[in-house]
Amino acid sequence: MAIKQISVFLENKPGRLDAMTDVLTEANIDIRALSLAETKDFGIVRMIVDDVYETATILKDNDYIASMTPVVAVRIPDIVGGLNKVLKCLTQAGINIEYMYASLAGKKSDHAYMIFRVEEVQKAEIALRAGGFLLANQDDISDM
Amino acid sequence: MERYYQEELECASRETMVALQNEKLVKQVKHVWDNVPYYRKLMEEKGVTPDDIQSIDDLYKLPMISKYDLREAYPYGLLGCDLKKCVRIQSTSGTTGKRVVAFYTQDDVDLWEECCARAITAAGGTNEDVCQVSYGYGLFTGGPGLNGGSHKVGCLTIPTSSGNTDRQIMFIQDLQATILCCTPSYAAYLGERMKEMGLSPDEIPLKAGIFGAEAWSEEMRRDIENTLGIKAFDIYGLTELSGPGVSFECSEQSGMHINEDHFLPEIIDPDTLEVLPEGSEGELVFTSLDKEAFPLLRYRTRDICVLSREKCSCGRTLIKMKKPKGRSDDMLIIRGVNVFPSQIETVLLNYGYAANYQIIVDRKNNTDTLDVQVEMTPEMFTDNLGEIEKRQKDLIDGLKSMLGLKAKVTLVAPKTITRSEGKAVRVIDKRKI
Ligand SMILES: [Zn+2]
Repeated sequence: MAIKQISVFLENKPGRLDAMTDVLTEANIDIRALSLAETKDFGIVRMIVDDVYETATILKDNDYIASMTPVVAVRIPDIVGGLNKVLKCLTQAGINIEYMYASLAGKKSDHAYMIFRVEEVQKAEIALRAGGFLLANQDDISDM
Repeated sequence: MERYYQEELECASRETMVALQNEKLVKQVKHVWDNVPYYRKLMEEKGVTPDDIQSIDDLYKLPMISKYDLREAYPYGLLGCDLKKCVRIQSTSGTTGKRVVAFYTQDDVDLWEECCARAITAAGGTNEDVCQVSYGYGLFTGGPGLNGGSHKVGCLTIPTSSGNTDRQIMFIQDLQATILCCTPSYAAYLGERMKEMGLSPDEIPLKAGIFGAEAWSEEMRRDIENTLGIKAFDIYGLTELSGPGVSFECSEQSGMHINEDHFLPEIIDPDTLEVLPEGSEGELVFTSLDKEAFPLLRYRTRDICVLSREKCSCGRTLIKMKKPKGRSDDMLIIRGVNVFPSQIETVLLNYGYAANYQIIVDRKNNTDTLDVQVEMTPEMFTDNLGEIEKRQKDLIDGLKSMLGLKAKVTLVAPKTITRSEGKAVRVIDKRKI
């Protein structure tokens, strides 16, 4: 089960990321993972949140440009080389990773999740499940 | 069925029109000679008297005037009649700061409003229409001109003036406005707001729009037409000559018919001042034929365009002018290259961006810099940074091939470029400060 990532356009200026997270905090949105890709003048914030649709609505109401993208959240086994095993599995399946980032540890969870943005989500999921890895679904994220 | 406001003039044969223009020109020159010492002096310096002007073929003998003369003669130096006969002034700031003040007698106002009535009729307006005038009212000619034209056609006129967008939309919806008059940038903004409110083009009662007072591209026209579900008509004018309605578009949407029974056009080479043959691109020069209070002979508009007498499918025989490339006042010279904001707008829309942009020109280390700031749109956004950068680079290449100049493109957040209720501020030239 792929989960939905929210991507937001931000200008690369002081205070912009602050202002956006303020808006989400005010609406009681919990950010479970966040990564930032930037150029000299703009950036893209990618987030995993507890309530995707509420977040999308609030961002739109506040004149942000946001989009939703399916991504794969994989629980990283708590062993040496855990991430390495996941990456190997994806490589063997011929999956190209566009980008990846780590999830913040949840309140109830003692596991680390890695978020993968790949072209072929379904193919990645099948390969990872077959490799014995645990994937998070939207409910897992919300309950995290 | 094409409708005309004054068919006998709008569709007159060439012979009839020339005869009328000859007669009016002789009278207008005499009027200026007798009443405007400032222009009489220019004629005397050139050794021309009213006797030398017998027909429009003699027009070239007259001296030209420009904005410079309007400033020199400010405020009363070009007045052509007793102030007692004047009933109105209109004024424009012009880009250089000092205001232009134009005077009108009641006949001048009527003539101007008739020109606007022709434009509204050409856009399909009749006394069954509800015409919302969202141009600014006041010193700016947009509001008063279209308001008067709308009355003459007999439309129910809603004088909302500019601003208060939600109220504009409320009137359009509640009173079922069918014609909208405003600047193209404001029309685009109204369209954007109505789209946000979830109104589809079918739910908007408007059928036509008359948009002018700033340069806009063909692509912007199509965008406005699609969001509002209307046919958008261009209108052109200058406060110096009366206001909007000097020329107007018909259903063919391929240039604007000049009301040449009132305003005689010429195209000149702006450098040599030589009159150019029909079809040449050059500076547009107008001679008023009927003005009492503010007659102008051979007034240089600074607008670069082309005239054409090709037969028009609407049946009007009035000469057509192509949409000006831009006022030479708007023209920027960047690293020695002539750049019109309208060219930049065309590229932006062609590459999928919206017409929400600002052009910032500066000088760094003695080199001019051109920064085009354009708002990100939901359509152009993706979570893939590389893809956005690629689109940004494509846009830079597109600008380069249009302008012959390398520009910087800055993507900015939505709604950060101030929405304009009148004329959009498209250019910030920091070099002048
Ligand atoms: Zn026509």
